[in-house]
Amino acid sequence: MRRINRIFTVIVFFFLYIPMIILAVASFNKGTDIAVFQGFTFNQYKELFRDSNLLRLLGNSLIIAVISSAVATVLGTVASVGIHSMRGRMRSAVMGLTNIPMTNPDIVTGVSLALLFAFVGVLLRINSVLGFWTLLIAHITFSLPYIILNVMPKLSQMDPDLKEAALDLGCTPVQAFFKVILHEIMPGIISGALMAFTMSLDDFVISYFVTGSGFVTLPVEIYSYTKKPIQPKVYAMFTLIFVTILLLMVAMNLLQARDTSKKLRRKEASR
Amino acid sequence: MSQELIRLTNLVMEFDGERVLDSINLYINDKEFLTLLGPSGCGKTTTLRVIGGFLTPTSGDVLFDGKRMNEVPAYKRKINTVFQRYALFPHLDVYDNIAFGLRIAKLDEKEIDERVTEMLEIVSLKGFENRKVTSLSGGQQQRVAIARALVNRPKVLLLDEPLGALDLRLRKDMQNELKRIQQAMGITFIYVTHDQEEALTMSDTIVVMDKGKIQQIGKPEDIYNEPKNAFVADFIGESNILDGVMLEDYKVKFFGRTFACVDKGFEKNEPVDVVIRPEDIDIVEADAGHLCGTVTSVTFKGVHYDTIVDFKGFKWLIQTTDFCPEGSYIGIRLNPEDIHIMHKSEYSGMFGDYSSYSAEYDEIADAEGSEDEA
Amino acid sequence: MKRKWLSGPYVLWMVLFTLIPLGVVFYYALTDSMTGEFTLSNLAHIADYWPIFLRSIWLSIIATLICLLIGYPVAYFIAHCKPSTQRLLQMMIMLPMCISFLLRTLAWVALLEDTGIINNFLTSIGLNPLPLIRNNGAVILGMVYNYLPYMILPLFTVLMKIDPRLIEAAEDLGCNSRQVFSRVILPLSVPGIVSGITMVFVPAVSTFYISQKLGSPGTILIGDVIESQFKAAYNPNLGAALSLVLMVLIFVCVGVMNRFTNDEEESMVTL
Repeated sequence: MRRINRIFTVIVFFFLYIPMIILAVASFNKGTDIAVFQGFTFNQYKELFRDSNLLRLLGNSLIIAVISSAVATVLGTVASVGIHSMRGRMRSAVMGLTNIPMTNPDIVTGVSLALLFAFVGVLLRINSVLGFWTLLIAHITFSLPYIILNVMPKLSQMDPDLKEAALDLGCTPVQAFFKVILHEIMPGIISGALMAFTMSLDDFVISYFVTGSGFVTLPVEIYSYTKKPIQPKVYAMFTLIFVTILLLMVAMNLLQARDTSKKLRRKEASR
Repeated sequence: MSQELIRLTNLVMEFDGERVLDSINLYINDKEFLTLLGPSGCGKTTTLRVIGGFLTPTSGDVLFDGKRMNEVPAYKRKINTVFQRYALFPHLDVYDNIAFGLRIAKLDEKEIDERVTEMLEIVSLKGFENRKVTSLSGGQQQRVAIARALVNRPKVLLLDEPLGALDLRLRKDMQNELKRIQQAMGITFIYVTHDQEEALTMSDTIVVMDKGKIQQIGKPEDIYNEPKNAFVADFIGESNILDGVMLEDYKVKFFGRTFACVDKGFEKNEPVDVVIRPEDIDIVEADAGHLCGTVTSVTFKGVHYDTIVDFKGFKWLIQTTDFCPEGSYIGIRLNPEDIHIMHKSEYSGMFGDYSSYSAEYDEIADAEGSEDEA
Repeated sequence: MKRKWLSGPYVLWMVLFTLIPLGVVFYYALTDSMTGEFTLSNLAHIADYWPIFLRSIWLSIIATLICLLIGYPVAYFIAHCKPSTQRLLQMMIMLPMCISFLLRTLAWVALLEDTGIINNFLTSIGLNPLPLIRNNGAVILGMVYNYLPYMILPLFTVLMKIDPRLIEAAEDLGCNSRQVFSRVILPLSVPGIVSGITMVFVPAVSTFYISQKLGSPGTILIGDVIESQFKAAYNPNLGAALSLVLMVLIFVCVGVMNRFTNDEEESMVTL
């Protein structure tokens, strides 16, 4: 039974990686047709680094992702501490608010923000408010719940005595947060921030509705390629992004594995 | 020894309309080892948290040296706490945990180092400075928690069931050690526990609590020998509690017989609770006894036998070194000083009958008591 | 007690950028695009789009079920690997999500196209090309591919948390391995199944890119219609009305799904 399951799992993983393989192969293709391999070349990569426009778009995506996830992380972490101290109906109301962007489909979130910005534009008599700021607001908005949902469990897992111990030893509540609580919830903050960052980097649907012509991110630009043939250097770019993330993940995984094995050994030693 | 340090007056604590503490009046002397003793949910931890500044009482006052402290937050009180599950900071090592309070107080590093080193010696943890707290055993973590609190030289140390998570052997060692530290440092300890033996061993004063009220305050001997009501009699040690009538001073009637006793000051013919400790009862030949009954069960307990004897349908627990086989017919004698008389209370009739005796009675009581208090 | 005010800025942000935008959607849905007056005609127009709504729901239900059938065995397999392997496989599932889903969909197009990789191969060995693209099957494939990770991850989380002693207890009480699964493991994984279904169904039913690339003009989905109201036909009022109906539909579906889980699991979701 487990053998069959193993084979099945391998097939599913292969299925998940089919497009990566196609993109990677296409990035080394001499021809421009993704379906026909005409010979091996590094030209796409050379082209990519000469294309300041593509690099600028990537830069735009990174700027939005860094700023939005940083703002959302700070705002969301502080908010989590507040929500954690709430009880009953107030808490469920705030958690319900948090769940709105999580359960709403992206297209509805995008449309609703686009309409809000259009509405504000009409009120302020500005022709088009869409651009960097609207994009940033939208990204912060859909990132916030990821922070909350990652930090809240850490707060409730934390031994409540720890905070009292800090107060007992003379910390003011603010000192107690920075010296003790922050350390305890850090893993949640980091995983929330990472999620927010990747979500922001990858987001197309919401960005598509709230972005103006002035400031475009990479996914939005790629969508516009549906009307014109896609340039193979885009494949090269994403192959590079994919490899970078892959290396980062492997490195993180190795670090974590080393950490846990160290912990295990220490535990055994202390016995 | 007798200077008053802390006073609680008419302290009331309510959570969502539920009364957790009901007019607590208590004073605590300087350098005293005071224990709040009671079953889970009796309000002992709540009392401790009010003193520590983690809770503000609904009404009543907390006074330190005569000054009202109700609204003073925990971090401004010269009090430190040893928490139930230690609450050591997992991101800091042993040294940094102990130095935490001193660093918050912004002492210079040289003095911090001296005091931490001194503390490590007192709790016998020299050489553990750079160990992760998560790598320590329960007993070692316990010592770090004590050192972390004491290094700040508080006037009062609060201890919330600090030995609850340790095994029996370690608990006994730590009891002695805590008492030693308390005497060496000369500060007030307020200790919370549900373990009556622990309380009797360590305390100068015991406060027995139940249902948010203080049931009795006194020295360990007084609490054991002269319990005020059936609850205290049952909670501290084992007790046979019987209905009786106080005929006059020094004369009590129960089981249809009149016994001489050492108590006085009751009204004539006042119904009372009579307490007889199981270890005070002498077993004699059936015809020589004040009362006669049949042995229904015997359990070997190491030092003694727990013998259950049926007297006219009322079952007594007798702890004796003499073995009496099940089914044997025996007599008992009661000396006047073995009989203790208490006024009737709300607890009358709830305790002291061993009809449902099982050999595991104390284990069951322990398991109930060790549940965390809310 | 003052700590709960820490969430003030967050609550304000969420009200401004999720609650109010939804209000604006209502406003647009109920006003005329030309005159700005109150009207129900937008909502009345929706009747024309019922077949598209139904097709969207139908295709997403099929895609969700396929995801569940594929995802459960995979999640089960991962949950029974040793922790280091678990982490690795979990990362490998998330990794493809780091590449823009637009590009991954384009890669599928390249594979399934009439002159794509598969059909090129088939013709080269003398077989007739197959109609692999521009049909409902291709759209479902696209959905399954894109949203499968969202099914596997919550299932894995729930399966991993099942206390192995429960399985031993069930065996001890006389269950064979099939009974252990049907009487212990499956009931305990219901929360994961529910959140997996929600996480796949919601984006699938509202998608608008997959159907454009993999489907035919005859198989457009409701997401495409909404998108075109904003980007092509420019009738935001009708788009708002369609979004509103889509939102309500999803709300009802999720509500029905959540009735399968009891309060305990609900608290887990809101954590």
